[in-house]
Amino acid sequence: MPVAEQTWGSPVKASFLASSVGRKIVMAVTGVVLSVFVTVHMLGNLQAYMGATTMNAYAKFLQESLHGGGIWISRIVLLVVVLLHAWAALSLTLSNWSARPQGYRAQQLQAATLSSRTMRYTGVFLAGFIIYHLLHLTTGQAHPAFVHGDAYGNFVRGFQQPLASAVYIVAQLCLGLHLWHGVWSFTQTFGWSHPRYNIARRAIATVLAVLVAAVNLSFPISVLLGVIR
Amino acid sequence: MELKSNVPDGPLESKWERHKFNMKLVNPANKRKYKVLVVGTGLAGGAAAASMAELGYQVECFCYQDSPRRAHSIAAQGGINAAKNYHNDGDSILRLFYDTIKGGDFRAREANVYRLAEVSNNIIDQCVAQGVPFAREYGGLLDNRSFGGAQVSRTFYARGQTGQQLLLGAYQALQRQIGLGTIKMHTRHEMQELIIIDGVAKGIVTRNMVTGEVRSHMGDAVVLATGGYGNVMHLATYAKGCNATAIWRAYKKGAAFANPCYTQIHPTCIPVTGDHQSKLTLMSESLRNDGRIWVPAKAGDKRPVDQIPENERDYYLERKYPSYGNLAPRDISSRAAKQVCDAGLGVGDTGRGVYLDFSEATQRLGAHKIEEKYGNLFEMYERITGEDPYKVPMRIYPATHYTMGGLWVDYNLMSTIPGLFVLGEANFSDHGANRLGASALMQGLSDGYFVAPYTIGNYLAGIKPGTRPSEDHPEAKAAEAEVQGRTQRLLGIDGKETPTHFHRELGHILWEHCGMARNDQGLRKALVVLPELRQRFWENVKVPGNGADVNQSLELAGRVADFLELGELMCRDALERKESCGGHFREEWQTEEGEAQRDDEHFCHVAAWEYTGEGQAPKRHVEELAFENVHLATRSYK
Amino acid sequence: MSEKLINITLKVWRQKNTKDVGCFVTYEAKDVSIDMSFLEMLDVVNEDLILKGEEPITTDNDCREGICGQCGLVINGRPHGPRERTTTCQLHMRSFKTGDVITIEPFRAKAFPILKDLMVDRSAFDRIIAAGGFITAPTGSAPDANSTPVPKKCSDLAFDAAACIGCGACVAACPNASAMLFVSAKISQLALLPQGQPERYTRVRDMIAQMDAEEFGTCTNYGECEAACPKGVSLENIARMNRDFIKASLTYRSEVAAGGAG
Ligand SMILES: Cc1cc2nc3c(=O)[nH]c(=O)nc-3n(C[C@H](O)[C@H](O)[C@H](O)COP(=O)(O)OP(=O)(O)OC[C@H]3O[C@@H](n4cnc5c(N)ncnc54)[C@H](O)[C@@H]3O)c2cc1C
Ligand code: HEM
Ligand code: HEM
Ligand code: SF4
Ligand code: F3S
Ligand code: FES
Repeated sequence: MPVAEQTWGSPVKASFLASSVGRKIVMAVTGVVLSVFVTVHMLGNLQAYMGATTMNAYAKFLQESLHGGGIWISRIVLLVVVLLHAWAALSLTLSNWSARPQGYRAQQLQAATLSSRTMRYTGVFLAGFIIYHLLHLTTGQAHPAFVHGDAYGNFVRGFQQPLASAVYIVAQLCLGLHLWHGVWSFTQTFGWSHPRYNIARRAIATVLAVLVAAVNLSFPISVLLGVIR
Repeated sequence: MELKSNVPDGPLESKWERHKFNMKLVNPANKRKYKVLVVGTGLAGGAAAASMAELGYQVECFCYQDSPRRAHSIAAQGGINAAKNYHNDGDSILRLFYDTIKGGDFRAREANVYRLAEVSNNIIDQCVAQGVPFAREYGGLLDNRSFGGAQVSRTFYARGQTGQQLLLGAYQALQRQIGLGTIKMHTRHEMQELIIIDGVAKGIVTRNMVTGEVRSHMGDAVVLATGGYGNVMHLATYAKGCNATAIWRAYKKGAAFANPCYTQIHPTCIPVTGDHQSKLTLMSESLRNDGRIWVPAKAGDKRPVDQIPENERDYYLERKYPSYGNLAPRDISSRAAKQVCDAGLGVGDTGRGVYLDFSEATQRLGAHKIEEKYGNLFEMYERITGEDPYKVPMRIYPATHYTMGGLWVDYNLMSTIPGLFVLGEANFSDHGANRLGASALMQGLSDGYFVAPYTIGNYLAGIKPGTRPSEDHPEAKAAEAEVQGRTQRLLGIDGKETPTHFHRELGHILWEHCGMARNDQGLRKALVVLPELRQRFWENVKVPGNGADVNQSLELAGRVADFLELGELMCRDALERKESCGGHFREEWQTEEGEAQRDDEHFCHVAAWEYTGEGQAPKRHVEELAFENVHLATRSYK
Repeated sequence: MSEKLINITLKVWRQKNTKDVGCFVTYEAKDVSIDMSFLEMLDVVNEDLILKGEEPITTDNDCREGICGQCGLVINGRPHGPRERTTTCQLHMRSFKTGDVITIEPFRAKAFPILKDLMVDRSAFDRIIAAGGFITAPTGSAPDANSTPVPKKCSDLAFDAAACIGCGACVAACPNASAMLFVSAKISQLALLPQGQPERYTRVRDMIAQMDAEEFGTCTNYGECEAACPKGVSLENIARMNRDFIKASLTYRSEVAAGGAG
């Protein structure tokens, strides 16, 4: 922008998706969908503790709901959501990087948390993880002993490999971090801020993040420890 | 030079109304053909620029800061007066008028002050409509407080940041017009010369403080709203950049300078800590409502506070002014503080300070209540001094705070140069010899929103549209050359002392001889040493760098050069005004109890000075003040 | 009195103009009184530089009492320095001790180009206000001030937001160089008052559009801005702005050209 003597034009009326807050809202909406998904998914996976029959039945139920259409609907929705989320994250991150071309020598952060500072990186890791995870437990290409239709078996055999388990463990730590800031953050993005409820916002984010991460972590760990076999 | 006040005839109450009716109007289609230059974006300038643009004139606006929002009006804390009588406590336009005239020790023009009181109510309406978050009561209506010893609650306030909120209101109106393209804003531009063509103000020369570019801007009328000149004292409650340059250059081009010696010294400022001090910070006067002011009774008593027993303390304001006590008016309490410090009773490392003690009030009201009332002020004090006022009494000392003097203007706010209008603190104003708390904001906004837009319109109606001279006019080129010349001269001296050094020395001289108390001998002495200082400045100042980019030393040097000349005029004016009134206290004219003694017979007038040329004594003119509606009483605060 | 004097080392960003690359230069400041404000300490350093024939360090400041918003340095990596709720001009040398090395940098953001040394151009803020940060109330058009009561809670909250001094520390502190706190403070102030309702939803769109055009970053809710803000402007304002923006976007209709004159 020119210095001192500017020509004051009427501002560009940016469209919703081009605007910073608009893109942020896209991220929040998709973030909510993803958060709900991982929570439900986590609950579903708890059936691993109930043994092969229950879990395989559940997997079958999912596969066959709405005559097999349900799973595709949710797959498409999830795909679109992840892509939108990633697009918003990418474009906002690029704007943010270009907004400060030259950094500070020694910036001292006061309020940012480990979780908020690492959103971009945990997010990217999660994206990679999702692909690996699909190849691993859904389509089997990344699975050494994949058997179609045996969700439970794939699950147990998969985690018996320490390397695969390690990837899952790191991913769940990332997920925990991502949710910890993410859940609080989307409430802020939606404008749900009020002094009376602000403590609850933080608390809910923390509880959800810890819960999802802890339960998810328990799967590979249980398999490695032989609790599930 | 003729000082024609142009006050309309008729009864006081209807003068302004009738005057407005008699004014010529500009044809709406012609308005955009006129250009008005507004220098200053404080309450006065910001309000005027926005209002003129709303009316349809082309406006160009200037300020030296990086944004119009930073004008020094932003620093006003206490509040703004208006005669709304929302509290049903007997306030009225007439009463506000009377209090203001009396507060100014009967040295202001009746008609102007009445108009000020009259439009005060419109100001509050206007500001509320703009979204200024004034303090409110639980019922949702506006809250008021009594301020500066007034007997009625007529002060509207927004926490301790009234000036900020009012200014942001005006600023937003200004920005709106800028966005609409009706105002062209020039930030970081300093006005350095006035352009006069055939005796009429037609433009200004500015220096772009980022690029160093010096250029002319032409207009059909020029408005100066550049604030007060209190920084002439070096240490003052003003922002660092406040300056007299714009009005001083106008003075040297023929505008009369009225009552330069009227300066106000505020009693509750944080004392100086040493030579490094760059400015003084005001703390709201409201502190005096509960704090007790004292000094040790014995000179040289350096014991810590808690070791000075009650009977060895001198609560001098309560002693001298039993009925007003710690709430005595600003000029009186300031002077009393100086007297005790001069007598060697002052406290703190420098001996220039008195205690403002809340221990009694803390006992009476409880620490909690004190915190609720003054918490933010205590915090500010602690931040600056490192001392905790909940434990140790505050130390305060007076500091220069406001200048009642300024360019002389008539009822239309036009100076002695046709086409040059002066608003706000920059004009010699409606406050006479002393300004009451919460009335400067009122005056700035009154001038800017409700007076100047009419009177300037009236002036423009008499000018043929499209006759504005171009920037290539020889007078404009000559003025630019003057500015260039002065800049080059400052850069070329390459002496051994910094501009700050001279500023500090000037401040010492004025504070000593033309400060809270003045006398013949001191003023004469100042009139000898000031020209010497000025000469040394022009021989020995050092300004590094060049004029072609940001150069803050150059900016300061230019301002100090003007202050050096203005200081002399102040002393001259103080010497000639052989009476005491308001902020001007001549030791020779005091009552037996040490109160100011006016001389209404010889000095019931405005003194306006005319520049007569380099090295020549300026000429003193007078505008007699006629009081038809008030009786000249003696101020007594016993 | 000697305990009142400290010696410090300054590492100051010096840059001749916007195009210059700039670098840090080290200065020793001896016998600095702890009663000095940070800017007074720089004044003293500058006096020495001038006498040595060097160019003094350029900083922006004016009121020196924490209200005009013109000062602003990044001191040891924190905008306005180590004290909470304190502008640079109100920071005193008491906050430092002898032997300290103090790094001084300008506010850094693409939208705030450096003019010289530590002085930046924040006119982007003015343009954002010009885009909508006002209530349209031409002079003389106002009804009586008490004709619209405003609940005290609303006016107090509006004041909290209006306390913003436009210093830009929020932008400087935000890892994304986002101006959301500043912009949301003005939007909130006006949205909380009845006078601000008519333009409420156009204002929020217009101001955000201008903010984006100025190339500020976006908010990822770090909260650094709030921590750096000398006036305690709260993150709640950003939430309120987002809420208004959502509503404005959901209910937006493009303006219909007004019917002909009649
Ligand atoms: C600390 C403090 C507290 C106060 N409290 C109160 C109070 O509670 N109530 C009250 O009524 N009054 C108060 N006052 C007084 C009041 O604030 C001022 O008198 C008033 O605001 C002056 O307004 P103004 O518009 O005339 O000038 P200012 O606000 O000073 O504006 C001057 C403008 O002129 C510009 N300018 C100056 N010189 C030049 C130049 N050479 N070239 C270009 N532009 C230039 C500046 O950039 C600025 O925009 C207080 C004053 C101070 C210092
Ligand atoms: C330890 C943690 C996890 C375990 C044990 C686990 C387990 C599984 C299993 C067993 C399946 C296969 C179901 C089937 O094909 O029948 C599956 C599918 C899936 N998982 Fe996970 N998962 C975990 C974490 C995650 C996470 C963190 C995400 C997202 C970020 C995720 C996203 C998915 C997706 C998208 C599918 C595919 C659903 C489909 O379309 O069929 N999972 N998961
Ligand atoms: C399982 C998958 C994911 C979940 C549950 C999830 C959830 C969330 C949530 C709730 C938010 C907060 C939105 C807001 O600020 O209002 C968010 C933000 C973000 N996500 Fe994800 N996300 C997931 C995957 C990803 C992926 C794959 C990426 C990267 C490509 C990513 C990158 C980001 C980024 C950069 C942010 C912005 C941080 C911020 O705005 O504070 N996320 N995410
Ligand atoms: S919100 Fe705070 S940090 Fe940002 S500009 Fe306003 S006062 Fe400065
Ligand atoms: S620090 Fe930046 S990310 Fe948002 S909360 Fe503040 S603007
Ligand atoms: S100089 Fe005005 S806020 Fe610091």
